[in-house]
Order: sequence, then C-alpha cells, then structure tokens
Amino acid sequence: MTYKYTIEKIDEYSWRIPREGKMRVDGIVYASETMMKEIQKDESLQQVINVSHLPGIVGHSLGMPDIHWGYGFPIGGVAAFDLDDGVVSPGGVGYDINCGVRLLRTDLQRIEIFHKLDSLVNALFKSIPSGLGSHRKDLRLSYQEEKNVLKNGAQWAVSQGYGTKNDLEHIEENGCIAGADPELVSERALERGKAQLGTLGSGNHFVEVGYVSEVYDTKTAQVLGLKKDGITIIVHTGSRGFGYQVCDDSIRTMIKASKEFNIELPDRQLCCAPIKSQQGQDYLASMACAANYAFANRQMITHWIKESFERALHIKPSESKISVVYDVCHNIAKIEDHIVDGQKKPLCVHRKGATRAFPPYHAQTPDAYKAVGQPVLVPGDMGRCSYVLVGTEKAYTTTFGSTCHGAGRVLSRGKAKQLARSRNISRELREKGILVRADSRATMDEEMPEAYKNVTEVVDVVEHAGISKKIAQLKPLCVIKG
Amino acid sequence: MKRYTLIDHTADIGIDIFGDTLSDLFSNAGFAMFDIITDITTVEAKDQRIIKVEGIDREQLLVDWLGELLYLYDVKNLLFKDFLITDMNENQLTASLTATIRGEKYCETKHTINTEIKAVTHHALSVKLEHNRWKARVIFDL
Repeated sequence: MTYKYTIEKIDEYSWRIPREGKMRVDGIVYASETMMKEIQKDESLQQVINVSHLPGIVGHSLGMPDIHWGYGFPIGGVAAFDLDDGVVSPGGVGYDINCGVRLLRTDLQRIEIFHKLDSLVNALFKSIPSGLGSHRKDLRLSYQEEKNVLKNGAQWAVSQGYGTKNDLEHIEENGCIAGADPELVSERALERGKAQLGTLGSGNHFVEVGYVSEVYDTKTAQVLGLKKDGITIIVHTGSRGFGYQVCDDSIRTMIKASKEFNIELPDRQLCCAPIKSQQGQDYLASMACAANYAFANRQMITHWIKESFERALHIKPSESKISVVYDVCHNIAKIEDHIVDGQKKPLCVHRKGATRAFPPYHAQTPDAYKAVGQPVLVPGDMGRCSYVLVGTEKAYTTTFGSTCHGAGRVLSRGKAKQLARSRNISRELREKGILVRADSRATMDEEMPEAYKNVTEVVDVVEHAGISKKIAQLKPLCVIKG
Repeated sequence: MKRYTLIDHTADIGIDIFGDTLSDLFSNAGFAMFDIITDITTVEAKDQRIIKVEGIDREQLLVDWLGELLYLYDVKNLLFKDFLITDMNENQLTASLTATIRGEKYCETKHTINTEIKAVTHHALSVKLEHNRWKARVIFDL
C-alpha cells in the first residue's frame, strides 16, 4: 500500500510530516531511520495525520518510536488539546482505559529464587485469575462496592487491605483520578466490571518476575530501589471488560456528538466532542472510573503476588520486602498544565500507548523521586528485556511530558502463529531460562518474542531524542500470561 | 464461497466478511467472530436465544450486533455457533435486526479460547454491496 504524505528528517531521531490539506498541525514522529522504513509500511503515519485534523489540537500530533497501526489514533500516539476549543476522543484513549504497567522491587537476589521458579510461576498462575470466566473465589463485589472502586481506585484497594498507604505515593495520580462519576456508567459496564475485578485478562497482559540485568545510572537506580541482580516484578493489565464497555458506550455518544458539533472526522473511530461540552465532561468522568478500576486491579494483583512469593518461596514479606517502584498509565487522557507559547496552560493530553514522563522537580513527580524524575516503565517482549527510565525536562517541553510505552508489534498475530506453528515457543524460552505459563498455546505463539520490535531500539531512540533517560534493564525469569 | 477472511493488521485482527444477502453477511460476521475466539467445531447448539439489536445505520448495526454477542460471551461466558437473522429492517434513521443464536456455555475442559477479543472498533468499518455480493470490514481490538 502506498500513502500520500511528505516526511522530512529533522535529525537522527525525529521526523516531521508537514501540515497540509485539512491538517491543523504538523505530525512529529520519533524514530531511527531503520524504524521509519518499517513504520511507513502500514497505516500508522496516516493515523498521525488523521489525529492532526481534530479541532483544538495544540503543538504537534506526535508518534513515539513504538508507534504501530491502531484504530483511530495510532498506538504510540500523543496529542494535546486546548480546553476551550479542543476535543476529547475516546478513540484517543482506547478500549483498555488505563492499561498500564506497575513495577515492584524486592530485596531478593536472583540466586535466592532461581531454583524455585517452577513453584513460583505455578503459585502466581494459581492465585492471579486469567482466562474466560475466572475470578477469585474470595472476592465478592456488590454494585455499591464496585462504585467505591470506581470513585477511589487503588485507595479503595488499600482500604480493603490490599497493600499499604505508602504504595499510593508510588502510583501515577496516587492511584485515583479525580472526578470519577460512577452514576454515568452503564449497567452493562458495571455488570462486566463486577465479575472481572482482580483478573489479569489475556493477550499481551502479564505478570513477569525478572531481575535487574544492567544498571545505567547507579545513583538514580538506588533512589528507585533497584540494584544489579535484584528481583523485580512487572504487572501489565488494565480496566478489563469495564473499560471496554465504557469506551464502547462513549463512542456511541461521541458519534452523535461529532455530528451535533459539526466535527469532520477522517475516521469514525476518532469521534469526539468539545472538552467543555456535556458529552466531553461525561466522557472524562466515566474514563476516570475505568482508570481507577485499573489502578485498583493492579493494586490487588500486587497483593496476590506478595502472597505467591511467600507461599512458593517460604520467605516472609519482611524479608522479601516487595514494594511498588511505580505504576504508570499507558492509555489515558488527562488534564495537565503545559507550556504553550511560553505560557502555562491546562491541556487535555491523550496518550494512546504512551507513557507520561515528567521531569525532576515537577509538581506531579512523586516526592520520593523528586530529584531524579518520574519513573517510566517500558516492558519488552517475554524473551528479551524491559527498561526502567525517568522523565526529562525535554519531554516536558517537547512531547507534553510523554514517551514510548513498549516494544510495539511487528508481526500480526496471524503471522506470528504461522511462524510458531512448527516450533515450541514455551520450550525455546525454557531453554533460555525463562518459564512461561499461558492460558493457551495461541497466546504463547502470538506473543512470541519475534512478534515484537526490539524494545532496546525503541528505548535508545527516546534516550537519544532526550525525552527519557535510561536507568536500568530488566530480564525475565518467569512469566504468566492470560 | 468463503464466509470471511482475516486481514493482516499488526496489533489487532481485522476481518472481511462476505454474504449473498445482508442477513447472510451479518450471520457470517457472528460466525467469524466466534471462529476467531475458539474452535467453533467444538461448540454445541445447546442454548438458544433471540436477540434484537438497533443501530443508527448499517455500519453501526454491524458493530452493535457483534458487540452484543461479545457481551454475552464476556458476561455470560457463552460461545455461539449458529446465527440466524430472522428479521432485518432499515430506514433513514435506524437499522435493526432480530436473530436467533445458538451455542453453549464455555467449559474449560471442552473449549479452548484462542483469541480474546476486547472490543469491536469503528476503525475502517464498512458495509457495501460489491458485484452483487455484500462485503463488510471490521477491526477488533485485542
């Protein structure tokens, strides 16, 4: 397929798609030359252009180096909108609202657990529900209680005994986005949410136990509680069926709203409404419910991870000292202050498959990390590695404080399955010292390492572009996949 | 004649669906979705229900129809194999359909979930008549 647009090279790591036709701003994509060739093969750049058509967009329509073809917005897309004449679009957040990543650190060393990985992976698989219809037998949620989850997010989970108050200081927005209104969400969303709280979900969602394989900045790593060979855990999940339903319901409303406000859409999935309209405000309040649901979900799963460690390794929590490094959203729209034409201004920043990357001393950078910058967690595929970075001043001034979120797929699921058909991915990984338990062979095959870009290349781009700083590399030891 | 084909979308899954009539097209869309989710040959027609769906136009109706089936899958854990569109109406303002669907409840030892579909998107959505055959395109979020 060929697409009609111009691409100009700005420097080694960034590219401009100049404004033309109905574009309101330029598109800017962060990528290396090699990556850019790959990126042009699908519709990702056309999607960057489509986003630039939306009313009230400020600065540029941005693409991070892990950009790939999404629906509506590209995955890896960032766009900010003026509060007065800009729009909010559910398609700019996605179905899995606040799909995100949490990183846990421990006092354990690789050598202490590596002979017990089998029982650890089994314990995790047993205690964290995944797969259709699965749920914790000890968790019964009433609709009233569910509404408390939606209002209070991770704070609700802590109040129920899942983790401690200290955890909340290590979560984006302290684990609760303000303004959530449970009365706005549909019966159907509540019904789906009630059954699925505390479940991992499937596809690319996972819990991964790994270790710190490289440290690039010892001082910062120390502040984050990370040291070489120390055991870490990554949790990747989101708002489950609740978020999907909220997005689905909102899109229906927004298709009508786009007509009502005469917004011309290059793609129906980009349907939107002015931020200050009733529809816009209702979406933000419903989205906050889903974001909070996801924060609570990761908080509960963290608790079960701690239990699994205790059970499988017979190590007391006081010895393993599992604690939260940070928890970031990858799919979200937020009202944040940014500098526009030299002036501080509140904007509605959409991050669809992108991570907030606030600099040192920013008001929203958590106290514990004030001097080093907000931690950015970038998981890779299950065979290679993941990275911990921190936000920078340059990210704040050029990308609305945003950076990449992961590796990004290169193979479609169909192609990955074909490639994996004659192989045994589970065994291949085991031979590399990585134990994987997945709900089905299909998931294992679709998620094979080769299906993803090399996350190292992605992270190198954001580091060279100056929008994040590399702190440590993590390698997997065992993974559970939904 | 093929009922549907997969489109090679990097992150998600897309399908092109075909049908001689609009009713066939919608029925094949339901089949395609559950054929992606599970091995549809393992599903038995033990449960039967009638559902009615409405949308603002043909395209929206397709998303809503698949969305309704996905809801039943997600909340009631039902897998379906037969989709009979018994009534289909269209006018300038709305499109609606009534369907009889048959399947059974998911059972861990009997069924395998191959792909978990999160949602039916509106991206690149189309429903059109091409050379006297109906063709539709839908992208799922996985």
